[in-house]
Amino acid sequence: MSTLPRAVDLGLIGCRMCGLVCRNVAGNMQLDGDGVDDAMACPRCGSTLRRRKTNSYARTWALLIAGFILYIPANVLPIMRTASLNDVDDNTIISGVVELWTNGSADLAIIVFLASIVVPMLKFLSLGMLLVTSQRGSDWARLQRARLYRLVEFIGYWSMLDVFVVALLTALVRFNVLSRVEPLPGVIFFGLTVVLTMLASMSFDPRLIWDGRNTDD
Amino acid sequence: MATAARNTDCLHARSSDALLICEHCDTVYRRRPLARGEVARCVRCGAELDRHRALSVNALLALILTAMIVFLQANIWPIFTLGLSGQFSATTLWGMIVTMWEQGAQVVAVLAAATLFFFPMTKMLVMGWLLWFARMGRRAPGFAPLMVALHRIGPWTMSEVFVLGALVAIVKAHTYFEVVADPGIYAYGALTLLITIFAGVDMRQLWEQTPEPKP
Ligand SMILES: [Zn+2]
Ligand SMILES: [Zn+2]
Repeated sequence: MSTLPRAVDLGLIGCRMCGLVCRNVAGNMQLDGDGVDDAMACPRCGSTLRRRKTNSYARTWALLIAGFILYIPANVLPIMRTASLNDVDDNTIISGVVELWTNGSADLAIIVFLASIVVPMLKFLSLGMLLVTSQRGSDWARLQRARLYRLVEFIGYWSMLDVFVVALLTALVRFNVLSRVEPLPGVIFFGLTVVLTMLASMSFDPRLIWDGRNTDD
Repeated sequence: MATAARNTDCLHARSSDALLICEHCDTVYRRRPLARGEVARCVRCGAELDRHRALSVNALLALILTAMIVFLQANIWPIFTLGLSGQFSATTLWGMIVTMWEQGAQVVAVLAAATLFFFPMTKMLVMGWLLWFARMGRRAPGFAPLMVALHRIGPWTMSEVFVLGALVAIVKAHTYFEVVADPGIYAYGALTLLITIFAGVDMRQLWEQTPEPKP
C-alpha cells in the first residue's frame, strides 16, 4: 500500500496553465473525465481550474476517430505527382518510403516510415487502448500506460515530416516541362490527420489512468 | 476574480510554493531544492516534476535574442537550390507556403505558415518580452495572459520537424537534380540546436521568480 497522496483526495487542484496549487473549496466534481464544469478560476493566471480535462473521454474518442477516418484517404490517395518530359508518377506515402529505400537511403526510409506510418498507427492503437482501459477503471500496467501516453504525446508532431517534404519538393521542383512536382489530395488528408491526432492526445487526461477503483498500487 | 476568491483558497501565498502536483497522475509533492542538473521525477508515474534551473533569466534572454536572429535568417535565405540542365530553382519558407497555396493545398499552406512561422515567432517574441521585464525584476504588461498563451502554443511549433523534412527532400531530389545547400538550411540547423536547449526550460518558473503585483 503506497502512501502517495493525490490532489483529488486532499481536496487540492493544480492549475494546468501555471502550476499553482489551490484548495478546492467548491467541493465535489465527478472524476470520470466527462465531469461537470464549475467556474473556478485560478487566482494567479485566471485559467479555469479543473480537476480533470473537460469531457476528456468524449473529446478524445471523437478526435481519434475523425483522425483515423482521414488517415485512410491519406494513405490510399497519392500525396504528390512528379512529372517529367515523358513520365507522370503519382506517389503515395508508402511508395515514397520504398523509393528512398531502393535509392540507397535506407536510414531516411526508416525515419520516414516511422514518422508517417508507425507513429500515427501507434497513436491510434495507444490512445484507443488508453481510453478503453481508463474508462473501465482498469489497474492493469498503469505505469507502462502512463509512459506510453507520454511517448505518444512527445513523438506525435514528427508525423508532419512527409507534409513538409511534399511542400518543399513542390516549391523547388519547378522546371516547366522538364520536371515538376505537384501536391495531391492525400497530403491534405495526412496533414489533417496529424492535427487531429495531436488534438486527441492533448484532450486525453493521463490522470484518468490512475483514477480507477483502487487508486493505490 | 470575485468568484475565484470565494471558491478557491490559494495555498502558495502562505506556504511559499511548497506544493507541487504531478500533472500526469495528480500526486502531491512537497517542493524541494534541486542540485545542479537534477531532475525530480514522480514516484508514481515517472513523469518529470521539476528540474534544476540551470539558466538564469539573463542567459535565457541572450538565447532568445540569438534564436530570433537565427530565425530571421532562416526565413530570409533560400533553404536549398535545385539545378537541372542549367536551370536553377530555389525557395524560402514563404516561397514554399505561397506555392502550396497556389497549387490548391491551402490546408498545408496554413499549417506550414502556423507551425513554422507564426507560432515560433509569437513564442519567441512573447518569451523575449516576458524575460526582458523579468530581468528588471518585474512582471511584463499582460504577464498572465501571455504566460497562458505561451503554454498553449508550445506543442504547435515544428521547426525541428521541418529541418528533418528538408534533409529528406534533399536526399530525394539528389537522385534527379543537382542540389546546392543555401544559408537557410544552416540557419535552420542552428535554430534546431537552440530549440533543443530551450526544450528543457520551463517558462512557468517566471511565476515564482517575479513578484506578484500588489492588489
Ligand atoms: Zn493558474
Ligand atoms: Zn505522476
